[in-house]
Amino acid sequence: MIIKGNIALSDNGFVFNPSTGDSFTMNKTGKEVIMLIKEGQDLSQISQSLLEKYDVDSNTLERYLSDFVNDLSVNNLMEE
Amino acid sequence: MTPQKLTVAVTGLNNIDSPGPGIPVIRGIRESKDFEVRIIGLAYEHLEPGIYMSELVDKTYMIPYPAEGKDALFNRLVEINEKEKIDVIIPNFDAELFSFIKLEKQLEGIGIKTYLPTIEQFDERNKSNLPAYGKKYGVNVPAGTEVFSLSDLGNALKSMNFPVMIKGKYYDAYPADSLEQAEGYFSKMSAKWGYPVIVQEFIRGTEVNVIALGDGKGNLIAAVPMRKQYITDKGKAWGGITIEDPSLLELAKQIISQTKWKGGMELELIRSADKKLYLLEINPRIPAWVYLAVGAGQNIPEALLKLTLGMDVTPFTRYDVGKMFIRYSYDMIVDLELFSRLTTSGEL
Repeated sequence: MIIKGNIALSDNGFVFNPSTGDSFTMNKTGKEVIMLIKEGQDLSQISQSLLEKYDVDSNTLERYLSDFVNDLSVNNLMEE
Repeated sequence: MTPQKLTVAVTGLNNIDSPGPGIPVIRGIRESKDFEVRIIGLAYEHLEPGIYMSELVDKTYMIPYPAEGKDALFNRLVEINEKEKIDVIIPNFDAELFSFIKLEKQLEGIGIKTYLPTIEQFDERNKSNLPAYGKKYGVNVPAGTEVFSLSDLGNALKSMNFPVMIKGKYYDAYPADSLEQAEGYFSKMSAKWGYPVIVQEFIRGTEVNVIALGDGKGNLIAAVPMRKQYITDKGKAWGGITIEDPSLLELAKQIISQTKWKGGMELELIRSADKKLYLLEINPRIPAWVYLAVGAGQNIPEALLKLTLGMDVTPFTRYDVGKMFIRYSYDMIVDLELFSRLTTSGEL
């Protein structure tokens, strides 16, 4: 699970894909997940970090996390 | 270094909802530190906004419509040149290019330089020749054909699926979802631009464009790819962003190198859902969004001017990715006296 190398993520959660010209706005959690992916963590590691930090059950978290990663992929932000 | 003094004539001053490239070309040239330029506007219509932009255009002359032929154009340019001593003309309309290309030698004879493709290059990339062009140069092109009558259109549509694109000879393109709609657009396009009208397979995807400049020897001097972000109902970009896409630059390089294209061009492309790149059109001149390229670090109008003057131009190797342009309209207040002077004397 790798975010494309040229994807730009700014401090305010603005994501820009220079290959397509698409831009996205992430909320705080979305930005956090992208940062964790960029650090090289896999889904289970990210899930663990978020479970420790937020008041959420693991089923809900995994569902949202999986949807989010799928969105990243659909929007060409992940390496294929 | 003292800037070189030059007189440059530019067409395409119609800065309207389907804007011409004249004004952004002039902005690029005005920003050059190597030239101090007197700009002569050449206009077809009295209400082309560029005529009244005195901060950009020093003087404007009316010229005859392309339909009046190249001799009428040349005679008018001779008259203008006697007063202005023009060094370079940069034509910016598809419909006038044929005449300017044909007049290249005659213009040179009166001291005016141009930097244009050859007639063969110009014809080869014609919308109606695009399928053959794609085959020759190994580029994906949507299936299409040229039609001259409603019965031609009906026959062509028998082997195509809706929607299809109906395109004018020089400008305009509309998607049609039915035979009736296609017939309506056919009549509109043929009345406005003449024959043939082009029927083209509709490709779904993201529209991307590349502005490019070739030196006529196969070298790509400049190229900037842009994705349209805001598109008007005429299909014109009202906002766009420079993107980083090596495959687009490679395609521009390949086309310029294989065709030995001389001058500015615009590649109109679609990236389909399966990531295939289709060439929709090659416009044989600088596009109206050229100022984005200037803003991103490639002053293409200035480079074109240098090539025209026979100066060496080092090919650009970079541009800023993520630079945007946002187009807007602006109401100028113009005294009737200016308009009347233009309409009565043909110059302002």
